[in-house]
Order: sequence, then C-alpha cells, then structure tokens
Amino acid sequence: MQDYEVFVQQLITGLSNGMIIALIALGYTMVYGIIELINFAHGDVFMLGAFLALTLLGAFGMEAWSPAWKFAGVIMMLGGSALFCGGLNWTLDRVAYRSLRKASKLSLLVSAIGCSFICTNLGLFWGGLPMGVFAGGVSAAAPKDFPQITPQTNLLGESAIRITQADVMVFFVTIPLMIGLVLLVNRSRLGRAMRAVAQDSTAAELMGIPVDRVIGMTFFIGGALGGFASVVYSLYNNTIGFQMGYRAGMDAFTAAVLGGIGSLPGAVLGGLTIGCVRAMSDQYLESRWTNTIVFGILVLILIFRPSGLLGSTRREKV
Amino acid sequence: MKSSSLLVAISALMIPLSLGAQQGESKSVAPSLSHGGTLRIVSSLPRTGSANAQTSTMVNGIRLAIDEVGGQVDGWKIEYEDLDDASPQRGNWDPTVEAQNANAAAKDLSCVGYIGTFNSGAAKVAMPILNRAGLVMVSPANTYPGLTKPNMGEANEPMVYRPSGKINYFRVVPTDDLQGAQAANWAKSLGATQVFILNDRELYGKGIADVFQRRAKEIGLTVVGFEGTDAKAPNYRALVTKIKAVGPDLVYFGGTTQSNAGQIAKDLRSGGYEGMYMVPDGCFEQAFIEAAGDSNLNDMTFITFGGLPPEQLTGRGAAFRDSYRKRYGADPEAYAAYGYEAARVVLDAIARAQTKDRAGVLAAVAATKDFDGVLGKWSFDANGDTSSRVMSGQTVKNGQFVFVKVLGD
Repeated sequence: MQDYEVFVQQLITGLSNGMIIALIALGYTMVYGIIELINFAHGDVFMLGAFLALTLLGAFGMEAWSPAWKFAGVIMMLGGSALFCGGLNWTLDRVAYRSLRKASKLSLLVSAIGCSFICTNLGLFWGGLPMGVFAGGVSAAAPKDFPQITPQTNLLGESAIRITQADVMVFFVTIPLMIGLVLLVNRSRLGRAMRAVAQDSTAAELMGIPVDRVIGMTFFIGGALGGFASVVYSLYNNTIGFQMGYRAGMDAFTAAVLGGIGSLPGAVLGGLTIGCVRAMSDQYLESRWTNTIVFGILVLILIFRPSGLLGSTRREKV
Repeated sequence: MKSSSLLVAISALMIPLSLGAQQGESKSVAPSLSHGGTLRIVSSLPRTGSANAQTSTMVNGIRLAIDEVGGQVDGWKIEYEDLDDASPQRGNWDPTVEAQNANAAAKDLSCVGYIGTFNSGAAKVAMPILNRAGLVMVSPANTYPGLTKPNMGEANEPMVYRPSGKINYFRVVPTDDLQGAQAANWAKSLGATQVFILNDRELYGKGIADVFQRRAKEIGLTVVGFEGTDAKAPNYRALVTKIKAVGPDLVYFGGTTQSNAGQIAKDLRSGGYEGMYMVPDGCFEQAFIEAAGDSNLNDMTFITFGGLPPEQLTGRGAAFRDSYRKRYGADPEAYAAYGYEAARVVLDAIARAQTKDRAGVLAAVAATKDFDGVLGKWSFDANGDTSSRVMSGQTVKNGQFVFVKVLGD
C-alpha cells in the first residue's frame, strides 16, 4: 500500500466510525438542548436497539435470504430498532424524567443513571434468551456475533483502498438522517416548537405550545436516531454486547461536548473529529495512545473554547 | 466523564450487596456423615461473562474429582463451594470480588484449599491474602510466569505475592514463557517470516506477547510491529489498515476472548488481510469462535494451549474424559482437565496430610511428587510450578477446534 492509500483508507475508517458516533451524539445533544439533561441512559437505549436488530435477524433467519431480501431486512431492522429505541426513550421521559421537571437538575441526573442501569441489565437478560443468534443464551454476558449479511468484497475491485458495502451503508443511512433532522428542526412546526421550548419553556407554554409533548417528541427522535445508529453499528462491527452502550455512549457524549453540547452541527463535527483522530492516531502513533490523544484534544478545546467547537455563548439550543 | 466515575462508584457499592446475598444462601450446612468433621474447598473462577462457559466445565471437573472419592477423605467430609470472581459491570474478573472471595476463604478456618484463579491478574489479588492466611491455592489456569518464577516479570515478583515468605501457590498448567516460545516456534514452522504482534496490555496478554517477540527474534523471524490494543474498542479497522500496510504473514495477538480477540479476527478478515492469525490459550474456548464468527477463523487461525485437548488424552486423562462424558453428556472444554487435576491435587494432599488442617494440607501439596495426572506423571518444583511440559497447537474448522500437533522443544 502506498502512503496516500493508507491515509485515504484511514480517512474512510475514521469517517465511518465518526458518523456512527455522531448519530448517537445527536441524541445526547438534542435532549440536552431542550431540558439540559445529560441522558445517561441514551447509550444503553442504543445497545438495546442492537439486541432488537439481532433478535429480528435471528427470528426471521435473514442470513439465508437473497441479497434483495437482505436489503429489505436491513430496512426492517432499521425501522424496528428506530421505533423501539424512540419509544423506549419516550417512555423513560414519561416515566422517570417528566415528574422531575421542576426538581433540581441533580435529581434528574441520578434518575438518568438509574435508567442506564436498568437498561444495561435488560440487555444482560436479553442476551441470555435461548436463541440461536445468542449462541443459545448459555453465556448472557458474552459478546454476540452479529452475522455478516453483506458481502466482504471490495467495491473498488483490485485497488489497495478497500470500500465494502458496509462502509457505503454507513454513509447512506447516516447522511440522509442528519439532513432530515436539520430540516425537521429548522423548517417544521414541531421543530419550531422544539426551538421555542429550548429557548424559554415557560414563555413557550404561555404561547400555547404543549411543552411536555414537545419534550416527549424530542426524546422519541433522539432515541430513534440511536436506534438507527445501533443497526448501522451492528452491521459495521458485527459484534454486540450488553456493555457496548457504555463505550459508545462515552464516545458520543465526548463528541457532543467537543462540538458544543446543544448544537446539532457540533455533534456531527465532534463525532467526525473523534472518529478521524482515532484512526490517525492508530496509524501514525500507537493504538495504546489513542484514548489519551482523544481526551487530550477534548481538554485543549474546552480550555480555549469552553462551549465547544460550534457551541455559541449565546444560547441557541436544540 | 462525571458519568463514568459515578457509575463506577455505584457499581462498586452494588457488588458486595449482591455477593453477600449469594453467600448467605449457600451457607446451609449438610448434616455431617463422618467422625472427622468437615473440610471445605472453594473455587474462585469467573462465572459472569464470556469465560463462564469455560468455568462451568472446570467446575464440572472439580465436582467430578470430589465425587470420585465419594465426597470424603479419611472420614472427613469434603464440602465444595463454587465462587464467582467476575462482576456484570466488568463482564470479566473483578479485583474487588476476587479480594472478597479470598478474604472470605481466609477467614473460614475449615477451608483448606482454594482452587483458582482463571485470570493471572486475579491471582495477583488473591495470592498475598491467602499467603498470609497460610491457605493453599492451586490454579488450574494461571499462566503468567512472574507469579512463581523469579526474573521473569517485575523485579519484586514473585516475592511480593509471598508476604509470609512461604510458598502457598501452586499451578498445574505450564507457564507462558514456555507457551509464548512454543508459539513462535510453531509460527516459524508454519512458514511465517514477518510477524505483527498485538497485545491487550493486560498481565497475561502483554506477558505472552513479550515472550513471543523475544523468541521470534531469536529464531530469525522479523517482527514488523508490536502494539498494545484497546480491549473495549468497537472495532480495529484502523489498526488493521496499519497492519496491512506493513504486510506481515502472521498476526499474533497476546490476549483473550474477553479482550476482544474475536473482534480483531473479524476486522482482519473484513479489512482484507489474508495471512495467518495466532492466539494463545486465553482464546481456547468455544466463546472465542462464537464471538469471532467461524467463517472469519476457518483454516487461518492457530491456537496454542498448555496441555492437550480432551480427545488427545491418554491413560489417566482418557479415563477422566470418559467419565466426564458419561456424567455430563458433553466433551470437557480445554481447562476442565486442569480443574479436575487441581481438585485431585488438593484431595490427594488431604489424604496424605499429617494433620487435617491448613498447615498439613499445604505441606502435603508442596510435597506432591510423581503425581499420576491427566497429562502423565509430574511433580511440583521449588517455585510451585508443574514439571509438565505438554503443549498442543490447534486450528479452527467449521466452527470447531481441531487438534493439529503436539508442540515440543
């Protein structure tokens, strides 16, 4: 491999990983933007989405389907996990967070941590179900193989640079979702209501905006993005486990903070930055330094721009 | 980041609670059948996480050994308790839980044998605690050399594990300095010339990777890379690109299933690497094949193991395999034989002990000589290591481990 080929390959890897991180980070940043809660359960909701996708894959025996049907299967998993994660996130808000709206931010935070534990343990239980895809559920905590349903062939033929269907899928799913989200927030009636609630929820309520419903919808959309991300993650990495939400959540949360928490473009920029820094650090330094580099950059950016890369000092949220 | 420290703090609080509950339930004492009283043996092995499948067969081995002597020795009833040293939070062995297990065993004076641990890192935690208590510890699986051998690990090893100055730790498996070197020899005989070495930066993985590297250089292999990996990374694609760019014909990973050996195999294949992949015995369990997906391993993956797979056992070992099959209806996994062996060493020592207490059993274990074990006759040396040197190499075919050859000097 030539030097430039290595660089391009690492860029592709970094952007793919970064896109997945960004998609999860959007869920953090939306919820933070609207009620200033860091929803710690978000990473675990994402993890449960991946378990649902694997369950669907196993229950329908998608591995044996023809390529066209597999494509339909991927759409089914994307839809299923998005609805499920969106619904679950909405439920968490309805059950655990809504009654604490007027309470101190700390109570809300502790409640979120509790939800995170509950979801993690649900994942542990789910992995122990006696299904073929969970290796019979003998070892609930073990990492689960998410079967490779797309071919591993290089789309660029004999080129040293390698792009597989999984890489392409990452971009095809994430980019339209991000564009859709920006349009939704900036153009739609619901988006306007979300921005209004974020700016001043009391004033929004006085203007006749159903604040709780708008917040619920924000949780639903954030969770659904996590659901899409979980399927993309599973198809890309081919391994899931009940603890993956913690690591994915931490990366995404870091991305949201790096980009400026509350800012949608910031979350995407933060995710892509982290993905690319990781890949480049693995290549040109040593992989054991990668975490140090990522968090070092976070610290540096927060020193010089405390509100993150794209976070404005003027609060303009959602 | 606030989240992580809070989570850790809360989970640390929860572990003792759940553990306390478990131990409370299992304390019911069966009526004594014998005049001698009751002696207890405990094992401390990971029961939560992907190592559980392996542990189950080790515990089966231990139970088989105890049942073979009818659950009693010289009129002393043998009671056995199976402790978990892993926590769901880590999905792997946990230093807090291991320390609790060791302390509980140390306090219980009827306990005369501690079988464990599975992970060498866990042994580091338990060894000093049990050493102070004078309780004998027999490991069926620790392979990190520094636990027993001077000048193999850190400068203060192994004396740092022996605060009382006496040896109470023994192991029935050959150590990594033997296994890593055999792995390098095997790599060469498989035709490798350029090797890329990875390690999971844990005691076991880094240790065996270091030995592999040293031996590889000695026998003329070119080491084109040596890197520590992040055991929790979602994928290793960037690392695989780096590996591919330098073009090795063999990648060696010093690590275990728990430190993501399966994901590395996956990413090597999906990244278009077509060379060989070699891993040590920490991956010699079905969970590794399940995590990696068998199509990613077929024919290109090589696993070394400090012992023989069940179907290759002869003599005493074959008898073990057959009675294991008969009783549990399945083949024992790799370490089951060592679980069985460790339990037999303790039981044999109880029978020979002058006094049926900790000190007596410890002295008897240390004096184990020409033991008729599952891998032939062996003795403990002055460090507490087995004299057995039997190792084997296997590969993976259609989702199953397949024995390739006995690795010898």
